[in-house]
Amino acid sequence: MTSKKSRKATKKVRLLELAHARSGDKGDTANVGLIALKAEYYPILKRQVTAARVAKHFRGVIEGGVERFELPNLRALNFLLHGALGGGGTLSLKTDAQGKVFSSALLRMQIDVPRSLHV
Amino acid sequence: MKRPIRIASGQGFWGDWLDAPMRQVEAGPIDYLMMDYLAEVTMSIMQKQRSRNPELGYAKDFVPLMRRLLPAIVRKGVRVTANAGGVNPMACAHAVLSEAREADLSGKVAVGVVTGDDLLPRLDELLAGGYRLDNLDTGEPLTSVLDAVQSANVYLGAWPLVDALARGANVLITGRVTDTGLTLAPMIHEFGWAQDDWDRMAAGTVAGHIIECGAQCSGGNCMYGWERIPNLDDPGYPIIEAHPDGTFAVTKHEGTGGRVSVQSVTEQLLYEMGDPTEYITPDCIADFTTIAVKRAGKDRVGVSGIRGRAATDSLKVSISYSYGYKAVGTLVYAWPDAVKKARAADKILRARLDRLGLVFDEFMTEIVGVDATHGRLAGPPDPEIAEVQLRVGVRARERPSVERFSREIAPLILNGPPGVTGFASGRPKVEEIVAYWPALIPKSEIHPKVEILEA
Repeated sequence: MTSKKSRKATKKVRLLELAHARSGDKGDTANVGLIALKAEYYPILKRQVTAARVAKHFRGVIEGGVERFELPNLRALNFLLHGALGGGGTLSLKTDAQGKVFSSALLRMQIDVPRSLHV
Repeated sequence: MKRPIRIASGQGFWGDWLDAPMRQVEAGPIDYLMMDYLAEVTMSIMQKQRSRNPELGYAKDFVPLMRRLLPAIVRKGVRVTANAGGVNPMACAHAVLSEAREADLSGKVAVGVVTGDDLLPRLDELLAGGYRLDNLDTGEPLTSVLDAVQSANVYLGAWPLVDALARGANVLITGRVTDTGLTLAPMIHEFGWAQDDWDRMAAGTVAGHIIECGAQCSGGNCMYGWERIPNLDDPGYPIIEAHPDGTFAVTKHEGTGGRVSVQSVTEQLLYEMGDPTEYITPDCIADFTTIAVKRAGKDRVGVSGIRGRAATDSLKVSISYSYGYKAVGTLVYAWPDAVKKARAADKILRARLDRLGLVFDEFMTEIVGVDATHGRLAGPPDPEIAEVQLRVGVRARERPSVERFSREIAPLILNGPPGVTGFASGRPKVEEIVAYWPALIPKSEIHPKVEILEA
């Protein structure tokens, strides 16, 4: 019953409810800057949106690893998604050869937030 | 105290909104107009143009644009910084000077031309001198692709432009100068900042990063509250209001559309960001984790606190080389079973190409409307979807296989699955791929040159 109780203490929301984002490219790497919509969301993002979680989220979509950098001054996280752009630059055959919409692809991720959190 | 200077962004890339620069000059006070023209692949396009005609090799639209701008910038005392010179800044400068003369502005236009970034004629000498120009991403030495090299340009920073400004130029035309240098240079010139004043170098660099993509910091492509951003039919391009202490505001002209907000500026700060603690330019290393961004009024954001570190001893070289060929073909499939039909067509196409024995380095299929941008993250497609676009691309080192591929799309209209349309544009175009090779060179090898030419 404890597990049921703890489930009740949290709810699942999409990152779209907590953050906005912008992405761009550098070679075959896409970057996604993830920005908390409110200051109180930043610690939640920092805790839950880890490099490992993001790598799992993009499994099958990108070929390389994920790095994460913190910018608490902008209440933002920056992710580098390696091997994301089908060779990158002019080599890429992809519609999104420059990684412009990896930003919203990340915002599809679901994370747990306290049920009391107003989103 | 010296008044702040206003540096306006007029173009975020070669192909940006043609009306923007004129609006920046006419719709309110500015001191400088910066225009960024050069992306990584742009130099190779310009190099090709110059090899066909030695008078070309720069952003051609810059010349008619300057024809429109010159009377106003002369009248208002606005100075222009633009890397529109591409691989032929001198030809670009002469074209602008002749426009100035035709507009009766002789004696009122001094063009500062910055060269010295073009390393193509020096490649053999540099390699012989022991510089391998290893690919920064792969570690391979440049000799492995030397025969295919099309252009080689080193990124210059703000200082040659500072020199040109000090010598009285009011239109600065450069080759491969960093986007950020075009904004930083006016600040150094106006405020007399020292070369090793790293915090201020970083401040000007961050300001440059914010406005280098034009309206992308003032409401364009802004995810935050995009539906509430007003009048994007007439977006106000950004303006930096810079102070001698390195603090600045981001704003735009009154009465224009778009929006400058903490969110719009923050999105742009993170654009194409790597390690935020080291944003490396020829002028400094800026630390983006020190930037404080604060609302300072309607469509006005204050930026302060920026810290920088000493520039490195090297400069980045952007080399382009012929890599191979690619082609992308599309067909549209309509309801019912649009996705199934698109996938069936893809399977048929692949079988036919296999049978022809064609080999590709890459063969990519996307179903636009289903998986083209977010892959499997988009989830299963709606079975009732009205239509999808099948988008198939190939890449190879040699042209013939890509050429053959380009002839295999159209037959599917009559001999593949039904419900197909959308082939009006004909056979896919076979494109030559010019790839990008980033490398480093010691600063001591590079000697920028500044010339002032008067109309």
